[in-house]
Amino acid sequence: MQAEAAQSEPAVSCRGLRKIYDARRGSAVVAVDGLDLEIRRGECFGLLGPNGAGKTTTVEILEGILEPSAGAVELLGMSWARDDVRLRERIGVALQETRLPERLTVTEVLNLFRSFYRRSRPVAALLADVELGEKSGAWVGKLSGGQRQRLAIACALVGQPDILFLDEPTTGLDPQSRRQLWELVLRFRGGGGTVVLTTHYMEEAERLCDRVAIIDHGRIIKEGSPAELIRGLGAAHVIEFKLEDGAAALAERELLALPAVTGARLSEDGMCALTVSEPARALPALIGLCSGRGAALGRLETRHATLEDVFVTLTGRHLRDG
Amino acid sequence: MAEERNARNHPVLQLTLMRLRELRREPGTLFWVFGFPILMSIALGLAFRSTGPEPIRVGVLPGVSAEVTGALTAGGVTVKVLDEGLARNELRAGRVAIVLVPPASGTGALGYRYDDKRPESRLGRAVVDDILQRAAGRHDPRAVQDELVRERGARYIDFLIPGLIGMNLMSGSMWGIGWVLVNMRVRKLLKRLLAAPMRRRHLMYAQALARLVMIPIEMVVILVFARLAFDVRMAGSWPALALVSVTGSASFAGLAILVASRAQNSETVSGLMNLVMLPMFVLSGVFFSSDHFPAFMQPAINALPLTALCNSLRAVIIDGAGIAGIAGSLAVMAIWGVISFVVGLRLFRWG
Repeated sequence: MQAEAAQSEPAVSCRGLRKIYDARRGSAVVAVDGLDLEIRRGECFGLLGPNGAGKTTTVEILEGILEPSAGAVELLGMSWARDDVRLRERIGVALQETRLPERLTVTEVLNLFRSFYRRSRPVAALLADVELGEKSGAWVGKLSGGQRQRLAIACALVGQPDILFLDEPTTGLDPQSRRQLWELVLRFRGGGGTVVLTTHYMEEAERLCDRVAIIDHGRIIKEGSPAELIRGLGAAHVIEFKLEDGAAALAERELLALPAVTGARLSEDGMCALTVSEPARALPALIGLCSGRGAALGRLETRHATLEDVFVTLTGRHLRDG
Repeated sequence: MAEERNARNHPVLQLTLMRLRELRREPGTLFWVFGFPILMSIALGLAFRSTGPEPIRVGVLPGVSAEVTGALTAGGVTVKVLDEGLARNELRAGRVAIVLVPPASGTGALGYRYDDKRPESRLGRAVVDDILQRAAGRHDPRAVQDELVRERGARYIDFLIPGLIGMNLMSGSMWGIGWVLVNMRVRKLLKRLLAAPMRRRHLMYAQALARLVMIPIEMVVILVFARLAFDVRMAGSWPALALVSVTGSASFAGLAILVASRAQNSETVSGLMNLVMLPMFVLSGVFFSSDHFPAFMQPAINALPLTALCNSLRAVIIDGAGIAGIAGSLAVMAIWGVISFVVGLRLFRWG
């Protein structure tokens, strides 16, 4: 419906975004610290990072709910300062946690949200989108966690948005509800919509996102497609092992000297993780090194490298550590 | 696949419906809105019902002459013969208004023992003295004639019902708007609504509209009950009553928004609301006339919005006052409402 030129503009772009809380009381907390983003139309973009990294603050600034302390935000070529009303009609938002009115029915909640938009999808279509047709007459208070989350997304889809913002959409959901939600997001993206989501589940980011930005302490520390980021480790596999108690520890230098090993990480509990390009070459060498020392392997695992490994390599911390 | 918005789907209508549906589906609120004031008026109406003048009870110590007790009994006074200790207790507890003490030897004067700070004791003394002096032969030189009237509107229940209505309008606005808004903030619903293209003012209009729907229902329920149970009648005009109720509610709606403007959880807002409301329950003449407070407090008490509301409700319901007669009170309420609304909206935190 927009002109060609407008379509070529990025869905979201922001430059030099900063958000400082409580600056007046002297104890300033920098939640977002100079963030640049460019999210293309039709892609699913993930902000990945531990709790407290500044993901929620960032999306809430993009959603026009929070004012940035500094920096510029443009959505679909428009800015919140100039086009608030027009822009709001074109985005859909599911906050990290919203408790919708418990004593309204699903249909009543959707009609409430529909009333805010000049043009909106009919209730029946929304219910079909999120597979809540059977629950149309049920009170929100009676829905399961997954159903509530799907209703929250239906509320975000009411105005047929161009951009859908989802803040931790699957936190606290069981695996089945999580997969149901993923399908929903992928369907929206399949229809040409842009998705911006935050998550601290790397599996979610790998499944859904075309590109991710890894955020830590309010900054982007790495950006790219999940595959690119993992490739950036220089190895697609991880070998994790632990020596039997009492065995003398292996030095990082010795491990890095093994064939096909590109990285080694020793953690305090004695676990050791090697990033490895060819496990078939690295494993025999590792076992040889251990038996040469007379140190028995207590645990041994090989797996594909994940975004978690990328995060740990970049920060030395795990995503869940916060 | 999209539909244009139509009149049935106006945001103010949908937001109002949300509020009313939540109210209707929450049994607890229905009790506080309707049950509580009715129970209150039943309890207080029964406790302070007017059953004609109570007989005057007089304690008599041993040694008071039979002539005296005979005269009192004949004069319609209840006489109890009590010993010294018992007389003291009964007097303290108010079960006798006055105790007659036999004349000390020599003086010949009958003793009246009573507490002159108690109205019923002073009345007892006057009545007892009157009976005894007449029995002893006093002649009243001036001819008088009693003319008895039973004025409706003079009973305690007539005083109480407008007070309860005022209190109810205040609580309705404070809880129904202040608590509800804070609750929406705690649940992040305010933030979610702002993330949608909702106009902030529409949410406020909807709160006001929901109150406007509830006020007549609340008023009618209490007034009908008061009429049926206690024969409390409405002396004034319905438009005047409607104006007073709406102005009073608007005044407290403003206060509710002010109180709710910053609170981040429901405990804080409950505390703040009680801080605002409890002093007014006591000072503003809900249960007893605020005239009982010392004169220096009166200007402050009269400036309170609940005082203005209760006074104007009484003026309309009992005295049949017109709008001109309550203009001052209406102005007090309007000032409170406008100032607190403007300040509250400025301070209001959506996130």
